[in-house]
Amino acid sequence: MLAVNFLLLAAVLFCIGVFGVIARRNAVMVLMSIELILNAVNLNLVAFALMNNNQEGQVFALYVIAIAAAEVGVGLAMVLMIYRNRKSIALDELSEMKG
Amino acid sequence: MNALILATENVNVAQNIAFGIIAAVMIFAAFSVVTTKNVVHAALYLVVVLAGVAAQYILAAAEFVAVSQVMVYIGAVMVLFLFGIMLTRAQIGKEEGLNNKGWQLGIPVALLLFGLMAYVIVDTYEDTVIGDRTPFSTEGIADQVLSPFLVPFLAISFVLLAAAIGAIVLARKD
Repeated sequence: MLAVNFLLLAAVLFCIGVFGVIARRNAVMVLMSIELILNAVNLNLVAFALMNNNQEGQVFALYVIAIAAAEVGVGLAMVLMIYRNRKSIALDELSEMKG
Repeated sequence: MNALILATENVNVAQNIAFGIIAAVMIFAAFSVVTTKNVVHAALYLVVVLAGVAAQYILAAAEFVAVSQVMVYIGAVMVLFLFGIMLTRAQIGKEEGLNNKGWQLGIPVALLLFGLMAYVIVDTYEDTVIGDRTPFSTEGIADQVLSPFLVPFLAISFVLLAAAIGAIVLARKD
């Protein structure tokens, strides 16, 4: 197994996620793209753990999974609140704080 | 530059073929997540990506992380996403206006980023071969979590608690 395989796959996933964050207008879709990015990072951590024969990378990946779960919980609660107040979750309509 | 050629010495062919198939499915599904016009389909394609990541973890000898991935992401996070889609009343079927006005801007940004990262990765790890290792044990993860990484572990417990309370407070009706 070549190390480049894992790292390139993670880079592809990361870039697709970045594209999704930039392109999407629906807040739930942006959260999904963020999940893609987090998974790409996790894949890198596990690949580095394998490469260096050191399990710390897997521990980091587990912690990232925990943080991602917390992030998506709070994120979706915020999306629900925005939807309840504005009847829309289009991100470009949230411009009250624009100066 | 024989890095991308599969048949080098000390490389497990079956592992590489499995990696390639799963990687192709994952990239297709990830691309569909960001391009599909149906929000529910995007969530279901995301399941494919997450399951593919779990399969790659097993190929990378990280069974415990793979099981956690399946339980946390496919089990919990996807249900959260589907509830989020349901409660924000996404349209059934195709939906217009899922993309921003200037969404084309994302294409050059993503391509530039990928070009940069691919150059750096290939330049640095060109011929690094991951040979056969002694398999990692779940016991090793427990040793790591409960001794050197105990403080971050407790910190994460508090983060999860705060996130759970915060989510309840935010999503409450009044």
